[in-house]
Amino acid sequence: MSNQTINLTLKVWRQNKNNPRGSLETYPAKGISTEMSFLEMLDVVNEELTSQGIEPIAFDHDCREGICGMCGAVVNGRAHGHMPETTLCQLHMRHFKDGDTIVIEPWRARAFPVIKDLAVDRSALDTIIQAGGYISINAGGAQDGNTIPIPKENAEKAFNAATCIGCGACVAACPNASAMLFTGAKISHLALLPQGRPEARKRALSMVRAMDELGFGNCSNEAECELECPKGISITEIARMNREFIKAAFL
Amino acid sequence: MTLESKIPTGPLHEKWDRHRFDLKLVNPANRKKFNIIVIGTGLAGASAAATLGELGYNVQNFCIQDSPRRAHSIAAQGGINAAKNYANDGDSIWRLFYDTIKGGDFRSREANVYRLAQLSVNIIDQCVAQGVPFAREYGGLLDNRSFGGAQLSRTFYAKGQTGQQLLLGAYSSLMRQVNTGKVEIFPRREMLDVVLVDGRARGIVVRNLITGELESYSAHAVVLATGGYGNAYFLSTNAMSSNVTASYRCYKKGAYFANPCFTQIHPTCIPVHGTYQSKLTLMSESLRNDGRVWVPKEPGDKRAPEQIPESERDYYLERKYPSFGNLVPRDVASRNAKEQCDKGKGVGETGYAVYLDFADAIARDGREAIAAKYGNLFEMYEKITGEDPYVTPMRIYPAVHYTMGGLWVDYNLMTTIDGLFSLGESNFSDHGANRLGASALMQGLADGYFIIPYTMGGYLAGTHLPEVDTSAQEFAESENRIREQVDKLLSINGRRTVTDFHKSLGKILWDKCGIARDKQSLEKAGKEVAELREEFWKNVNVPGDAADFNQALENAGRVADFLEFGELMVKDAIGREESCGCHFNTGYQTEDNEALRCDETFCHVSAWEYTGPDSEPVEHREQLHFENVELTQRSYK
Repeated sequence: MSNQTINLTLKVWRQNKNNPRGSLETYPAKGISTEMSFLEMLDVVNEELTSQGIEPIAFDHDCREGICGMCGAVVNGRAHGHMPETTLCQLHMRHFKDGDTIVIEPWRARAFPVIKDLAVDRSALDTIIQAGGYISINAGGAQDGNTIPIPKENAEKAFNAATCIGCGACVAACPNASAMLFTGAKISHLALLPQGRPEARKRALSMVRAMDELGFGNCSNEAECELECPKGISITEIARMNREFIKAAFL
Repeated sequence: MTLESKIPTGPLHEKWDRHRFDLKLVNPANRKKFNIIVIGTGLAGASAAATLGELGYNVQNFCIQDSPRRAHSIAAQGGINAAKNYANDGDSIWRLFYDTIKGGDFRSREANVYRLAQLSVNIIDQCVAQGVPFAREYGGLLDNRSFGGAQLSRTFYAKGQTGQQLLLGAYSSLMRQVNTGKVEIFPRREMLDVVLVDGRARGIVVRNLITGELESYSAHAVVLATGGYGNAYFLSTNAMSSNVTASYRCYKKGAYFANPCFTQIHPTCIPVHGTYQSKLTLMSESLRNDGRVWVPKEPGDKRAPEQIPESERDYYLERKYPSFGNLVPRDVASRNAKEQCDKGKGVGETGYAVYLDFADAIARDGREAIAAKYGNLFEMYEKITGEDPYVTPMRIYPAVHYTMGGLWVDYNLMTTIDGLFSLGESNFSDHGANRLGASALMQGLADGYFIIPYTMGGYLAGTHLPEVDTSAQEFAESENRIREQVDKLLSINGRRTVTDFHKSLGKILWDKCGIARDKQSLEKAGKEVAELREEFWKNVNVPGDAADFNQALENAGRVADFLEFGELMVKDAIGREESCGCHFNTGYQTEDNEALRCDETFCHVSAWEYTGPDSEPVEHREQLHFENVELTQRSYK
């Protein structure tokens, strides 16, 4: 582990009630340790801004270990930055060079209005889940877990789809701001399990309808979502969603 | 007020059944007349809100994040225990109960822990039915693994993301209830007060974190599921927004706070590496199943790990605890790591780390098998440290992880405020002085899916609750008090940032009220925390304004509460003149440096009552009675 310090120039999107249209502001980030995470770098900049009487940059974050899905920004044009399968909190400054200029912007999508600076409203994703991303079972009525054998391969496929953290990077990366990877991951997760089959038809129809109504775009096979997904979720899930949808709608 | 634990009479294995029969019921048609507030959407909060909604109550569910799916339960890695005995290796409800009681160093209630072990089996069934993709064997049945502190395989898991999968299961049930209209979600709200009317919890005041407005909500009962207070230490494995504020403000309204000094330090975390660091990252202790912990035999040996021959390594856990080896409970593993580093045998740049080495496991089982079990953890480690654990041993060190202390609750999970319930990590109930691995998820879900639905009914059916709405003056009074505090924080315009104060508090607590404590340093810590708090209110700099999305202001309120709460932690630690579980007072240890309990004097829960800003809190004691297990000295040799 080699600990070096680098100096950077940040161009950060600032948008608030006094600046409702938003603009890029330039701040220096000096003496940044290469061991820092990207968010720790922003912490350091914010401490400095606060001491200068400038309001700190608002950004969402919580677990800082890549699992809660709360953080995210477009860094130099890439959702969560340029490293593969990495959330912003897990992007480390060792992947930047001294003297770099870094442009930091919020997720951009019609369905994700900006709240302030880098923080956006992603409640549309909850609304998609609400439309059918569940198995209808009340607490108390479940049979013994081992009465439902599931082939290991299917269980693993379902798990891979279920690892989605709901960060919205897929939407931010997509030129159409489509949420099909997000929606496809949930439909796949449940469609691959026997427990999920009874409602598969209804689920596919209602989740896709919700997604369309919320202002997300359609898929045009750019595959940017797969590239930027911090959990490496494959566009196979979109194909499976389409299959489930077509089965439900036409067969 | 005397503490009534309301533990049912009768044999241990019949208590919960009897109690469920004794609890009054709310007729299904009447449930829609009751409004219930649930704060928090982690495993406990989401499962409670969903289940109460399923039963037909009207639920309002609040969370601090932008979505209920992000609560910090999501970060739990290793697994969830259940006494299913699928592995046929001798497990039973009794054994899970006994392990949990013993693991907690005999500072928890027999009846609560037994109920937890009983319910553990239902949790797995419930989660499977929800579609939680647990790991499976080739035959399609559920796979189990062993976990720290247990000598059998009873832990269900989903790679290293068990918490995520269980939370998404609870979240899906929750969203289903949102869709039916029985639950309403209020994200980006921070609870700042519980409102009491006629001595009962009848509502809350929250701050809308986007607009900054204060909002009041009334209900017939309030359920708190707001997690633990590990962030008092600044650096911990908790999420950045995890805080004590909701619990602490209930404490200030009359809910007793139990065992605040019981803080679990998790042995396997990525070590601290800089002053800018904002949090510590846990590496699941499931890694200890295959990883071997070692340090160089000679203090000050700075050679790279691969250059240290086998004969010059000390696998100190295997040496000291031959039967449990690397799987000793968390408190024992943490204390031993500190002891080795204090002797100068620590590794890495700071000397505060030990190796967790997978070379033998990789040689034995192959890289692929190890990757299948721990792949995502290894990747996470590499992302953070830039080192490949398949090649170089991991470096780990203990970090604050979980808090066993919390609001005091009776067997119904009700606090000393009528109508205020506390679930999951925010209560004190089931883990005594130390929590065993894979049991936090179990407790959160037991509380939410299977306990509160019954005990809430018992409360609502057995209590006369006149209608109350937010026009009651108590709500306005509460809002005014909060507004005064917010205005005060914004008007100080001092020179130190909120984070700076938080770091100072964390250092005091970590150094003096951490893995090991003693009377002298604890007393010093108490003084230092009080001084720091005084400085905070004179010299803190909170930028921005109240009617806005203002993260510095949010944080300022939390740190203000931590600064008061830190003193309570220290006071509780001073009062407990023994060592037990995670509370290791160096003045009380066995010849083998194990925690030395004093069962004659301290076999009790300490529950603290708030008595005002300028007076000392009052300690109340709930004696713990052990009728089914014998109090023994824990030994993992």
